[in-house]
Amino acid sequence: MDLAFTKEEQAFREEVRQFFRDNVPPDTRRKMVEGRHLSKDEMVTWWRILNKKGWGVSHWPKQYGGTGWTSVQHYIFNEELQSYPAPQPLAFGVSMVGPVIYTFGNEEQKKKYLPRIANVDDWWCQGFSEPGSGSDLASLKTKAERRGDKWIINGQKTWTTLAQHADMIFCLCRTDNNAKKQMGISFIVFSMKSKGVTVRPIQTIDGGHEVNEVFFDDVEVPIENLIGEENKGWDYAKFLLGNERTGIARVGVSKERLRRIRDLAGKVESSGKPIIQDPAFREKLAACEIELKALELTQLRVVADEGKHGKGKPNPASSVLKIKGSEIQQTTTELLMEVIGPFAAPYDVHGDDGSNEAMDWTAQIAPSYFNNRKVSIYGGSNEIQRNIIAKAVLGL
Amino acid sequence: MDFDLNEEQRLLKESIDGLLTDSYDFEQRKKYMKEKGGWSKAVWLKLAEQGLLGLPFAEADGGFGGGGVETMIVMEALGKALVLEPYLATVVIGGGFLRHAGSDAQKAAHVPGIIDGSKTLAFAQLEKNSRYDLFDVSTTAKKKGDGWVIDGEKFVVLNGENADTLVVTARTKGERRDSSGIGVFLVPAGAKGVTKKSYPTQDGLHAADITFTGVEVGADAAIGNPDDSLALIERVVDEARVALCAEAVGLMDESLKTTVEYIKTRKQFGVAIGSFQSLQHRASDMFVAAEQARSMSMFATMANDFENAKERSNAIAAAKVQIGKSLKFVGQQAIQLHGGIGMTMEAKIGHYFKRLTMIENSFGDTDYHQRRVADAGGLV
Repeated sequence: MDLAFTKEEQAFREEVRQFFRDNVPPDTRRKMVEGRHLSKDEMVTWWRILNKKGWGVSHWPKQYGGTGWTSVQHYIFNEELQSYPAPQPLAFGVSMVGPVIYTFGNEEQKKKYLPRIANVDDWWCQGFSEPGSGSDLASLKTKAERRGDKWIINGQKTWTTLAQHADMIFCLCRTDNNAKKQMGISFIVFSMKSKGVTVRPIQTIDGGHEVNEVFFDDVEVPIENLIGEENKGWDYAKFLLGNERTGIARVGVSKERLRRIRDLAGKVESSGKPIIQDPAFREKLAACEIELKALELTQLRVVADEGKHGKGKPNPASSVLKIKGSEIQQTTTELLMEVIGPFAAPYDVHGDDGSNEAMDWTAQIAPSYFNNRKVSIYGGSNEIQRNIIAKAVLGL
Repeated sequence: MDFDLNEEQRLLKESIDGLLTDSYDFEQRKKYMKEKGGWSKAVWLKLAEQGLLGLPFAEADGGFGGGGVETMIVMEALGKALVLEPYLATVVIGGGFLRHAGSDAQKAAHVPGIIDGSKTLAFAQLEKNSRYDLFDVSTTAKKKGDGWVIDGEKFVVLNGENADTLVVTARTKGERRDSSGIGVFLVPAGAKGVTKKSYPTQDGLHAADITFTGVEVGADAAIGNPDDSLALIERVVDEARVALCAEAVGLMDESLKTTVEYIKTRKQFGVAIGSFQSLQHRASDMFVAAEQARSMSMFATMANDFENAKERSNAIAAAKVQIGKSLKFVGQQAIQLHGGIGMTMEAKIGHYFKRLTMIENSFGDTDYHQRRVADAGGLV
């Protein structure tokens, strides 16, 4: 057992950090720190910088543009990226559909899609959840019927994150109504510009527009847009969801936020002195930092295990990451609310036009708190995670 | 970055797990409790035979030169089997003072007896009002000729009933809560002026309240600098905290395992109660708590070697907080999921709960350590 990173790993961390300092557009960083939404342009600009450096799809196999880093290097890269902070690569393309295509797709599909995913020439979105299919995803109803050399797609998806920016969607569609519900699903990709695709925004409680409803009305999709085998889509979906085991803890994100809390708590006054001097607040902050340290160590255990024994059999501790990671993220946004106290209330009517300097740092705190309630719901709600631990780890 | 055990450490784990599987099931433990002093001399000698009592001592002193990871392995195993024998008091704490600050003569006088199992030690530190502050010492050690005269009262001295030698903290200078002027003294348990009131503790161990009335010891009784040993005490107590974290992880593992087995077999409404989602989620939360505790136990074990004493203490305090929170949750829910049977002395789960509970209140509870971390400026 050894907690220390090697000299090479430390040098790698410094290299990554320096690259972010030199290359992340300052305004992008500021908006991330303040919890603001970024525009499509701001995100794509940064991702192309990353891709040019060769780090856009770092965990892909080398022949498709990956880096060949060790699992510890991936860990360091993600932690630095999250805690700088800078936007993480677009998960829907880079972590989700990309690996499905290079694992199950044919050569033509790999050639057609992978470089465009890496450079975000196409913005991808995920067509999984439906109004009646949340945690019970396999009950989905969106239908793809074969007609000649086309799929005809009808149905509705929901919670489709950033579909308003999307050029492409990967979609789970029912292709066999008679099979057991998991067996009749196919994984089909198509253009969001296709005739019959309608995107309707869903406004969330933070006032933001991240998610959408997407309707398909007789959408015609070329037959070759099926990935892998017909009716095997559920397997690919499981593969996709199981791919990202450690990033989900978002330790770097919480670290960055805790640093910000400490910084703000040294400035904001309560009872005539900085709130950081209030023992009750300080202990709450310490409690959160300790939980995060424990999570970081749990994540490192999983990373070290993957590095040594491969990704085959997941370390049981990996189930902890989503539950604890989301709880801690939520606690950090609660602490921020506590720091600003009554100034949580003003609504950011001016937007981010710089006209109201006093509100620059307070305006997004309440929305960010509201928005972060999602993290214990998405990606398999924390209750689903507990079901998974009970079944897969405890054998209940 | 590596969390795996090396080959030798794996063998160590196998050996102690094997020994305890053979000689320390719950029924055997009940018998050991009834032996004189409340633990088994025979088991203690078996631990000695396997070299476990000499594990952390330097090879030059007759030991095996084991480090923090080796102690973690042993403490986890002792926790898992709910072992009564005074490993913490004798090897970790008593031995810790000797390892860190004992003179050659002191080591020669005490270490061989620890290693061969013939002698045990106890740490007489807690006072009536000191609570968790290690610098809060009223017991005095006054110079007399070359030696010292010790006066004062110490409480809840684990293994105090049986120990051959007491390791006593006493003030040589200054006021009650001064951080300087504290010494550490080796006192024979049978010395004139030592009186003991012995009793079993809530978790089945044995302790004593010990009064020192004009107890005379020689100049060679002081370990380290008799006027300035707080840093030494903090060092050794930090190691005791790390050991307790590991013991708690072993206790939590076994508590969770026992509880999951129970809810898989206990039937109500015609089905195993473990098929109910509310119970499954509770068990999952116990697993999460135990894993977070394991991570911090490993962190504390590695932090023990940090060169910077402040960083070391802060990390170990943080670990004790996580362990305290986890053990309370795992312990309480283990009883809850067992239902009525969990409330009985007959079932083993309650005994795990009691030991876990006592660990929280040993060498600083959750609030105490959380405050330390907060006052130190946090942990990010």
